[in-house]
Amino acid sequence: MTPGMIKVTIIGVYLGLLLCLGVFSSRLFRGTSKDYLLASHSIGPFLLLMSLFGTTMTGFALVGSTGEAFAEGVGVYGMLASSSGIIHSLCFFVLGVKLWSWGKKYGYTTQAGFFRDRLDSDKIGLVLFPILVGLVVPYLLVGVISAGKAIEGATRGDFPALTENGAIPPWLTELVICVVVLVYVFFGGMRGTAWANTFQTIVFMVLGVVAFYLIATGLAERAVEDGRAHMMVDGKRVVRTEPPTGLWDSFNIVSQEIPKARRVRAEVTAEDQIESVEAPAQFRTREGLDPWMFFTYMLIPFSVGMFPHLFQHWLTAKSGSAFKLPVVAHPIFILIVWVPCVLIGVWATSGLINIPPPIANDPNKVLGFMVKSLSGDVLGGFLLAGILAAIMSSLDSQFLCIGTMFTTDIVVHYSGKDKFSDKQIITISRLFIIAVVAVTYALSLTDIAQTRVFQLGIWCFSGFSSLFPLVLLAVYWRGLSKWGAYAGVITAAVVWFALFRASEFGAIDNWSVDFTLGGREIHTMPVATMFFASFAATVVVSLMTPKPSQATLAKFFPEAK
Amino acid sequence: MKKVVWGLVLLLVVLHQDVWNWDNDRLVLGFIPLTLAYHASISIAASAVWLLAATTAWPTNLEDDADATEAGQ
Repeated sequence: MTPGMIKVTIIGVYLGLLLCLGVFSSRLFRGTSKDYLLASHSIGPFLLLMSLFGTTMTGFALVGSTGEAFAEGVGVYGMLASSSGIIHSLCFFVLGVKLWSWGKKYGYTTQAGFFRDRLDSDKIGLVLFPILVGLVVPYLLVGVISAGKAIEGATRGDFPALTENGAIPPWLTELVICVVVLVYVFFGGMRGTAWANTFQTIVFMVLGVVAFYLIATGLAERAVEDGRAHMMVDGKRVVRTEPPTGLWDSFNIVSQEIPKARRVRAEVTAEDQIESVEAPAQFRTREGLDPWMFFTYMLIPFSVGMFPHLFQHWLTAKSGSAFKLPVVAHPIFILIVWVPCVLIGVWATSGLINIPPPIANDPNKVLGFMVKSLSGDVLGGFLLAGILAAIMSSLDSQFLCIGTMFTTDIVVHYSGKDKFSDKQIITISRLFIIAVVAVTYALSLTDIAQTRVFQLGIWCFSGFSSLFPLVLLAVYWRGLSKWGAYAGVITAAVVWFALFRASEFGAIDNWSVDFTLGGREIHTMPVATMFFASFAATVVVSLMTPKPSQATLAKFFPEAK
Repeated sequence: MKKVVWGLVLLLVVLHQDVWNWDNDRLVLGFIPLTLAYHASISIAASAVWLLAATTAWPTNLEDDADATEAGQ
């Protein structure tokens, strides 16, 4: 069996297992739309932790973080991972538990249903629906594109008869994972999604750690064999000849090279390169990064508060205390996934491995390339399955939530609850999911798919973050009015679009909004402008317009009776 | 206790802006760049703060409220 066939077989078996899990979970299906969409509020702490974590960790976390660390250095962990450990759990704690209790009390399935009720406004659903769907689609694209790029990078040269570079083409990978996810969401609904997420989260965390070990030790061994590794003797740098003595020693060998030669070895000899070629210092510092840019990055994880698929997952919880485990474990889980990815990304910048120009020019392919270069075919196949697991564990929830929103917020809401049977509601939901998958797949074949995964993800998350003030105020501020909500949502959408356009729709990497303060130019993330504009519009307009009825306020804020 | 939890969350946000580490390229334990090790520690500290929140400041009344309403439906 050829190396490529070994990998394809392993991935095929993994996808088959996933389909079996989806079909099996459908046997537990109770036949009601509440069970299909919310698993009848039956998800306990462990499944909730795994499904929330699996859903928030996308191709962005694995493929994107490795690629971004390769392009920008280790600062990427501080920009998104450590802040997410603080902010995501904050959102689960402050919003998740409260929205779960209202969802269980008043029967909400989607965000629009909650906001309609909370604001005494039917039309707010119509404003929110297209904006939320419009933001989820790029998020879906991030996952689909990541899968295509990772597999392309990892199978380069394995199938010379198939494509010019001998890799599995992205369109084929993207088609296969869209179909697999579609099938298990179709049959398993929310229960199948929660189970598949749990299975996939375990798979990608375990295989991620295995990949990290293999890449570290493999890279160190190869570096010593090639005469590229160095060591300090009497304060002088000399070429190292002793092979690595274990994992710790391998870490030492590879990390010492981070700020050194970067993909320019063709110009110097093996011995010279260690001494003579310096990479920009940013690879293990944050040199060149504006502290204001770093500070405003912290607003991006607030997107979790407005992700429609997370809202739906919150509502599946069996009890309020089921949230405790996700709140506590989430930051540690982020660390387990992100630290290895960031280190792999910066090791790839060093002079220890030759990253060919087609890979170096497309950082999304770096992780797949490292896996291919530094692990055997069997392990490589398992590791690729792990990458796909991380990607698919988010796609499923997103597909399901979009189907749920369309069915609940548009079809059922405007045709009346009695117009359709439960069975028909499930069918409509499934049909809309198929349509969304088809649109996402079609978009993944366009030029948008050439955008850096990380950059596309940042724009998408920024849009959700700019809607965070709305949900926070809805939960904690009695003064929020429907006009304030309209103003906030429309401001967020307009400012987001204007800034996205100014960045040439994500084509300009690291685009920032710049101000001059005290003679110094300050660079900020676009999310800061959107977030504060939306916040200000919501509060100012709410203060000037009538509040919801006393009955509504008493329903959500009983102490105000 | 709630105030302590919120104080600690605020402290984490402040510590997260570690401008004092910006240009430090030292390797901790010989292999982790200091800026990465520092922020990995922030993740561990965040988990500890949320453990404190879950054990001392958890809103129990919401659960009773939701159960009572559902039972009454």
